[in-house]
Amino acid sequence: MEIFNQIAESLQKGDHEKVAILTRKALDDKIAVQQILDDGLIAGMNVVGEDFKHHRIFLPSVLLAARAMYAGMDLLKPLMIKEDVRTIGKVVIGTIKGDLHDIGKNLVGIMLKGAGFEVIDLGNDVPPEKFVQTAKDDNADAIGLSALLTTTMTGMKDVIDLMKSEDIYGKVKVIIGGAPVSREFAEQIGADFYAFDGMNAVETLKAYVKDR
Amino acid sequence: MRPTIEFLDERTLERILSEAIDILCKIGVEIHNKPVLEMLADHGADIRLDNYRATFTEDIINKALTLAPSSFKLYDSLGNEAVDLSEENVNFTPGSAAINVLDYESDKIRKPTTADYIRYAKLMTRLDHIASQSTAFIPADVEAKISDSYRLFLSLLYCRKPVVTGAFTIEAFEIMKNLQLAVRGSEKELKAKPLTIFSCCPTSPVKWSDVTSQNVVDCARYGIPVEYIAMPLAGFMSPVTLIGTLVQHTAETLSGLAISQLTNPGTSVLYGGSPAIFDVRYETTPMGAIETQMLDCAYNEIGKYLDLPTQAYIGLSDAKLLDAQAGLETGIGATLAALSGINNISGPGMLDFESCISLEKLVLDNQICGMTKRLIKGMEPKEDFPMIERMEELLHEQHLLISDHTMKYLNEEHFMPSQTIDRANRARYEEEGGLTLKQRAHKEAEEYLAEYEKPGLSEDVVKELIRLMEEEAKKYGMDKLPDREE
Ligand code: B1M
Repeated sequence: MEIFNQIAESLQKGDHEKVAILTRKALDDKIAVQQILDDGLIAGMNVVGEDFKHHRIFLPSVLLAARAMYAGMDLLKPLMIKEDVRTIGKVVIGTIKGDLHDIGKNLVGIMLKGAGFEVIDLGNDVPPEKFVQTAKDDNADAIGLSALLTTTMTGMKDVIDLMKSEDIYGKVKVIIGGAPVSREFAEQIGADFYAFDGMNAVETLKAYVKDR
Repeated sequence: MRPTIEFLDERTLERILSEAIDILCKIGVEIHNKPVLEMLADHGADIRLDNYRATFTEDIINKALTLAPSSFKLYDSLGNEAVDLSEENVNFTPGSAAINVLDYESDKIRKPTTADYIRYAKLMTRLDHIASQSTAFIPADVEAKISDSYRLFLSLLYCRKPVVTGAFTIEAFEIMKNLQLAVRGSEKELKAKPLTIFSCCPTSPVKWSDVTSQNVVDCARYGIPVEYIAMPLAGFMSPVTLIGTLVQHTAETLSGLAISQLTNPGTSVLYGGSPAIFDVRYETTPMGAIETQMLDCAYNEIGKYLDLPTQAYIGLSDAKLLDAQAGLETGIGATLAALSGINNISGPGMLDFESCISLEKLVLDNQICGMTKRLIKGMEPKEDFPMIERMEELLHEQHLLISDHTMKYLNEEHFMPSQTIDRANRARYEEEGGLTLKQRAHKEAEEYLAEYEKPGLSEDVVKELIRLMEEEAKKYGMDKLPDREE
């Protein structure tokens, strides 16, 4: 449908006002919320993701597109609850206890949100209990852990251990990232996924929710 | 004449300063440390404990600037003067706190071990153009909670040079201070002869965490010099423009200066930093970017203008291997830094956004440091005028190879690089094995390691260092420290 292309294109241009107008129009035309979300907003963000990956556009353009995405989402959100439409996933993110680095985690959060995920950002220096409790309370699909210090990366395992004892391990997935960690480390501690940057985190979690 | 380089004219520099002071006095600083906030309030700052904000007064900043010493020296573990951080003196120190080492054999990164660290510290004893050591990387074979103090322990055990280091937590300061007291014998002696510099980082934009602000306070109390490492990222956590980022860096650094000087007037500090541009294609913080290096040189000018000794993270590379990019980024950075007269240049050995140390790169960078130090000696006439007599000597002897003038000035005028720098003709190069840069650097490292000599600490000091570290390790459930080769 033409309107989906228009939404997707405006989103790629980062034109948040136009995205809001078009989303409103689509709603007025009684198009299903799920369809506006999937074929308009998320479809547009998928193109943006690809363009970024291939260096056709840079990070600011991705964030502008993400802002346009939120402009559309803000209109859809109240109806989503009513029509029981789910976002593509809900992720609780934060930096491990004792670690104050949050730039990378923030960027991952922004990009996940831009890709249509619901993100609950717990900030930095987050104790394991808070990750696990929030994931349980908010029925999250995944917990995202960030650590930049060799002294704090081991704290990721504490979160996973607590998830096990609280019986949510496996049900709620774990994605980790940050300079000292690696795919091998993720395997070692039992994290489900490792991502090396924001876009990679988006792709990884998108692939997971799609296969689910 | 000594060659120099400048990026800021006086008008721009003064404007940057006044803008920074405006930020401190109008927006203020977020400091997650109640005692520090209260101390600032005692000196007239307007504080709010609910959102951890302190709004400075110009008076606080001026007081801090007046109190801070314009120079200081570092002394090695035997108490000899080793690093002079004054005027435009240029000193190098290895990049610090890397997460990985680059393995010589495989060219892959791996987590460092105690054995790697000992090799590093031993190597540092012989790299003459790098005046101090740093706690360059974090051994991963000890309990993570002691890994910051453990590297200081190993450094002190194996190398005499003073150490650029830092704590990762508030608690770690205690043992890191005690290790220094074991070397110096008393608090008074440690104050008189500083052995280390601690890196303490504000968080951009204009914020101090409880850990790092407490580190600043604890260092000030014991007279341990601090370098402030503000890291505004241009285009992300600070304005995209270099000047805008400099304003923010200035505000962040001055806020640290105030904390130090109000805690302990006259305590030694370096006006430092690690600002960088943010690469919007790769989501990274390139330390080798030319703009990053320009930022470093420019804030050094601000530090100098304020009559403070300076530091920067420059002369390092984001390359993953010891390749041409590693050489060019390090070479350009070290050259600019030396021309700027940055007093303590943190960089040698470092790759991959401050996350990886290569010992072979360290050996190569030692040569780069030597070259830049030669560069800033510049040139001046040395019995060159009038030239007639020497010209006659040359025409008569057919060469000047054994002229008195040559013998007198050869070593002063020409920097003699080690064999890591290839200057052989091709035939000789091939006859000597046709080694790659990496192989030559490795060979040089191996030679130094074979000739290693202990720093000469007394038996008692060594015993005390070991006792302190073992006790600390036990606290965190480690009954035994990893074996150390002698
Ligand atoms: C949920 O799923 C996911 C998925 C992907 C995820 C993810 C989560 N999290 C990250 N990712 C991935 O996606 C992100 C986006 O692309 C990426 O995130 P990154 O964070 O990697 O990338 C960011 C976009 C840009 N990169 C960064 O922001 C980190 C860059 C480096 C230079 C760095 C910075 C900027 C800072 N630092 Co710090 N810092 C370093 C860093 C060196 C490095 N190479 O990482 C490192 C990590 N720091 C270090 C140190 C020592 C410290 N730092 C400190 C402080 C700071 C600043 C405040 C100056 C600043 C942080 C500001 C902030 N708000 O975060 C101190 C920390 C105190 C504490 N308790 O936390 C202090 C202890 C220094 C001191 N003595 O005060 C070193 C670690 C040493 C070690 N072995 O552990 C270090 C390697 C630099 C160095 N060589 O000294 C990916 O990793």
